Amino acid sequence: MKFAFFPGCVSRGGCPELYPAAKKVCAQLGIELDELQDRGATCTGAGVLQEKNQFLGDVLNARTFAIAEGLGLPIMVICSTCQGVMSQANRRLKTNPDYLAKVNEQLSEEGLEYKGTASPRHLLWVMVEDIGIDVLKTYVRRPLSGLRLAPFYGCYIVRPSDDLEFKLYRDREDSLERVMEALGAEPVDFPGKTRCCGFPILTINEKNSVQMVANHTASAKQLGADALVTPCPLCHLNLDGYQPSAMRQTQQDINIPIIHLPQLVGLAMGFDPKELGLSRHIISTKKVLSKIQVAV
Amino acid sequence: MQVIVSVNRFNPKDNNGKYWEDYNLEIEENATVLDALIKIREETDGSLAMRCSCRSAICGSCAMRVNGHARLACNTKLADMTDEAGMIKVEPMTNFPVIKDLVVDQQMFWDKVKQVSPWLQSEGPEPKGEYVASNESMNQLAGVMACIMCGACVSDCSVMEVDKNFIGPAALAKAYRFVGDPRDSKSVERLGVLNEYSGIWDCTRCYECVEVCPKGVAPMDRIMALREEAISVGYGDTMGARHADVFSDLVEDSGWLDELRLPIKTVGIFNLPALLNFAPVGLRALVKGKMPAIFHHNVPNVQNVRNLFKRVRNDQNKDG
Ligand code: SF4
Ligand code: SF4
Ligand code: SF4
Ligand code: SF4
Ligand code: FES
Repeated sequence: MKFAFFPGCVSRGGCPELYPAAKKVCAQLGIELDELQDRGATCTGAGVLQEKNQFLGDVLNARTFAIAEGLGLPIMVICSTCQGVMSQANRRLKTNPDYLAKVNEQLSEEGLEYKGTASPRHLLWVMVEDIGIDVLKTYVRRPLSGLRLAPFYGCYIVRPSDDLEFKLYRDREDSLERVMEALGAEPVDFPGKTRCCGFPILTINEKNSVQMVANHTASAKQLGADALVTPCPLCHLNLDGYQPSAMRQTQQDINIPIIHLPQLVGLAMGFDPKELGLSRHIISTKKVLSKIQVAV
Repeated sequence: MQVIVSVNRFNPKDNNGKYWEDYNLEIEENATVLDALIKIREETDGSLAMRCSCRSAICGSCAMRVNGHARLACNTKLADMTDEAGMIKVEPMTNFPVIKDLVVDQQMFWDKVKQVSPWLQSEGPEPKGEYVASNESMNQLAGVMACIMCGACVSDCSVMEVDKNFIGPAALAKAYRFVGDPRDSKSVERLGVLNEYSGIWDCTRCYECVEVCPKGVAPMDRIMALREEAISVGYGDTMGARHADVFSDLVEDSGWLDELRLPIKTVGIFNLPALLNFAPVGLRALVKGKMPAIFHHNVPNVQNVRNLFKRVRNDQNKDG
């Protein structure tokens, strides 16, 4: 199995523990990666650039899709935001031939053309759809039994559900829970599961953003979760990095670890927590590790 | 078909607070959630309070949460929502005070809509005949005009949940309806108000409102259009506008986002108090070895990306 890999920038910038963890897990799963950033692909625009200029954002994403088409490979991402922004751009490009032609006109100078065949998917979906839950189970060396985990999807990997083709791919809706179960852990249903972490307004209205962090982390803890697991590094930045602020703002002790999806899979595969960057979090992951009897 | 409708109930006159009550009933396959609730009220429990009128997704009075998301009870098919046990969960909308059972107080909702002056304000000499607006300009407003003021978007809005001052998706969609109307003369003033705190920049772009709106209004997309519009008429000096600007510059410059520079550029290097706000997380991250000292690398052929930015913008300027 081979993918054109789009790691995004947060997995190498704000959450540098994510990129190596994802690569280790992919290698173990037998997924070969051709890295798109080495082929000149750019950021998706994260929806922020689109606020200013949606057409420009669509041109950038079409460019990435065209590069992957050139490689003859499907695109894989490891960030909910990259997934969402790409899926939205792709819907606009695929459903409107005139628009696509206008976008391609911009790409032609570089000798590129997007033919409309891309179908970018998150590692989370790849595990459920391409590898399959039953096969995933065979990679488990260190079952996560006894762990209670709250799934935190992040907005862009669940909404708008039409752009993400939820009707076509029925397994996407509870993919995180199914992966958790395959690894031996117990999913905890909690109200924040598909809510927003607040990251996009962090620089605009920090108080509101931090309040969202407080609500989600506190409710997961209250329902008995040992950790939150997320497929989105931006959610991780906020839920982990701003949890101390959330505790201060709401004057309560929360301290619940936030684990990247690939770190969780890596743990179950038997990787050393250090290799997975589990010691690099703001909120210590020690409690989780000791629960599955891994020395830190 | 046999179903269990679990309703989150509340009666201010007793002291039970909120509680769940399950109703078992036999109902035809194609019934809506509203059909079931009406059947319960008429046959089993006359004390169950709800609002409804048109029963055909026009009046906007029957919005409530079904299995955790706001929807119109009258256009939600019961059979689509039941779980393996044949159960559905029905609750009043969130972000509204509950009056009784499924009935909420909509005062705040209407106050916010009024806040955006939802009427046409045109100036200049009165036209002789009717005021003619082009088809094209009105077509792009048709989507917003489909709003039935049901409140579903407000119920599920992420920001409303933490800040009741936020003007919210329904009112902002309504504001777009007038900002985008070629007959309105107050667009710039309107944008000035929307550009303030609690306005367009406070939306966290979570798509909840787009997902739950039963009429395809896509409030968030309208908010993004208002942002684009606000920037284009010169309101570029709010934090949100600068954020979008800087983001765009960074991608143009290197192909990628440089997260450390983003806050600095957004708040300005001289805005020390605001910058210090970012310090705790930055320092904490540095201590943990999480943040790279300064991360900046260009994509290969970054010149291609820079040229592309220039070309797209030039072409857009030419087209006006
Ligand atoms: S969307 Fe985010 S993580 Fe994805 S490439 Fe852009 S800024 Fe990076
Ligand atoms: S939850 Fe937050 S960071 Fe994650 S996708 Fe939503 S807005 Fe983005
Ligand atoms: S925008 Fe949609 S969800 Fe919101 S009030 Fe109007 S119709 Fe209802
Ligand atoms: S996108 Fe904005 S307005 Fe819509 S629900 Fe989310 S925060 Fe509220
Ligand atoms: S009863 Fe009128 S919209 Fe549902």
